[in-house]
Amino acid sequence: MFSVINKRPSKVLAVLTMMAVLALAVACGGESSDDGSSSSEIVVDGSSTVFPITQAVAEEFRAENSNVQIPVGISGTGGGFKRFVVGDTDISNASRPIKDSEAEEAAANDIEFIEVRVAWDGLSVITSKSNDFADCLTTEELKSIWDAGSTLNNWNQVRDSFPDKPLRLYGPDTDSGTFDYFTEAINGEEDQSRSDYTASADDNTLVQGIAGDGGSLGYFGYAYYAENADKLKVLGVDPGTGCVSPDSVTINDGSYAPLSRPIYIYVNKASLERQEVRDFLTFFMNESAPLTEEVGYVALSDADYQANLELLGLN
Amino acid sequence: MTSTSDANITPFAGGAESALMKQELLEKVARRRKRQYREQTLVTWLLRATAAISVATTLGIVFILLKESLGFFEEVTVWEFVTGTQWTPLFKPQHFGALPLVGGTLLVAVIAGLVSLTFGLGAAIFLSEYAPERARKILKPILEILAGIPTVVYGYFALTFITPILQSIFGADRVIIFNALSAGIVMGLMIMPMVSTLSEDAMVAVPRSLRDAAYALGATRFEVATKVVIPAALSGIVASFILALSRAIGETMIVKIAAGATPNLTLNPLESIQAMTAYIVQVSLGETPQGSLEYQTIFAVGLLLFVMTLGMNILGRWVIARFRQVYE
Repeated sequence: MFSVINKRPSKVLAVLTMMAVLALAVACGGESSDDGSSSSEIVVDGSSTVFPITQAVAEEFRAENSNVQIPVGISGTGGGFKRFVVGDTDISNASRPIKDSEAEEAAANDIEFIEVRVAWDGLSVITSKSNDFADCLTTEELKSIWDAGSTLNNWNQVRDSFPDKPLRLYGPDTDSGTFDYFTEAINGEEDQSRSDYTASADDNTLVQGIAGDGGSLGYFGYAYYAENADKLKVLGVDPGTGCVSPDSVTINDGSYAPLSRPIYIYVNKASLERQEVRDFLTFFMNESAPLTEEVGYVALSDADYQANLELLGLN
Repeated sequence: MTSTSDANITPFAGGAESALMKQELLEKVARRRKRQYREQTLVTWLLRATAAISVATTLGIVFILLKESLGFFEEVTVWEFVTGTQWTPLFKPQHFGALPLVGGTLLVAVIAGLVSLTFGLGAAIFLSEYAPERARKILKPILEILAGIPTVVYGYFALTFITPILQSIFGADRVIIFNALSAGIVMGLMIMPMVSTLSEDAMVAVPRSLRDAAYALGATRFEVATKVVIPAALSGIVASFILALSRAIGETMIVKIAAGATPNLTLNPLESIQAMTAYIVQVSLGETPQGSLEYQTIFAVGLLLFVMTLGMNILGRWVIARFRQVYE
């Protein structure tokens, strides 16, 4: 009897101790890091728009060259250039050409670089298959619909000839590069947009919503439209010089404006002397086309990729 | 142990030795007491520490919420925050009126409340007044399984099952793919076990004599349930409902997945809204830079959410304390 009572607290103590030890083990376990292998590193940073391409290529490349680490950051185009012009990074992702001020800063730091166009980012303006009245919208009409403060909620407010039909808007959420680009190209300033549209980070959901709603209007990456062309209707965009519908030709030759733009990587010339960087870029130009389409962009023509290899002195 | 074996070796021990043994035994007991006392003190302190951790966590959360919101409220007045009707911190131009988020949260919570009260109270009445004991023993745990389903599953259930049903009823043109109604219905199902279990406990606690008296006066079973048992158990029922609503207001995954990301101040449940919790998830998982005003909004919204659920919980406790009927 005595001993039973005596033992109880120590059992409780044992359990409590074990719990404490377990909790500590769990807490410490998260901090372990795996370094130690003598691997080389290619540092990439910059635009979140270009990130999916570079990341996909880096993953594929690493499958064959596991000794090369390729951390890809997403500091934004400007943030990426800030690091690039002081020599912090080997490659900078950019959704716009480098600014003069940034190029001057690079020159001041003796950083030479090569600009390489890697893909086209095309947006498409989409409605439902059952929409039989709209084929083309002007950029002004798009702005009147999407600009901050807009209260348009019927198609007949967009254009007099359109029928009396509720207008329902769908688009990517504010974290998306597509949102940044569309608001800049149509509304004049990045992030300037009305906010009362159905927003989703998931393009599948947008496709589903737009397809099922006869009064819908939305936008997302062209490649995503191409994949779901059977369910959706794409609208042409008229910037004032005539209506152009997006396809791989009009996006690639730049005639689908202003909703298509080239995206770039910038390569530090000094880094090009390293074999792993040369290997990575060669792999990039030879293998990125299908990956580019997969992540939602329009790939370059084969000739353009060849031209890039020459530009980089890699063939 | 040692002293006992010593005693066995010397069976014909003298008086002096037995006095010594007694002395040893007493010392042993005293030592054991002392050890027990130390252990008890240690255990008390350990348990006290575990209790303190939960209090400290709450205080820490309140501290962080207040500290981080302070930066936000330096830029945006409290008045604008709680009365503004536009919420666009991630857009240009920015507006910081939290009413659309609060409205979205309350719209979903009210729908969830209606669903859970209807079905939860119905189930509770059935279990306590109608169901035979065996059925009750089987049904109650099954009902409580509903509370154990992961909320992310509920979220996709709302988006991919309930929403299409609503669209076929009201028309796809009127029901937005993300809408408050489907999220509210599913959330109502999720919190229903909370209402039914707690209400049923309160109803079972109503003394048999009250029911018997009503039956003796010729009341039907339904009359007994609605006119005697429910009024007698009302404090428990109301409290369960308030606690369930508080849970609905804080619920995140269902509204994030099924109710949308459009901060609309609307009473139309077929439209897309954004709940407070869903907004916090959107910003904390997104690419909003830490420390910016946009980022601080989530702490302000979190603080408001905390105040709301705290208020509900206090109200629930107050109802129990104030209206509780005690039967002897």
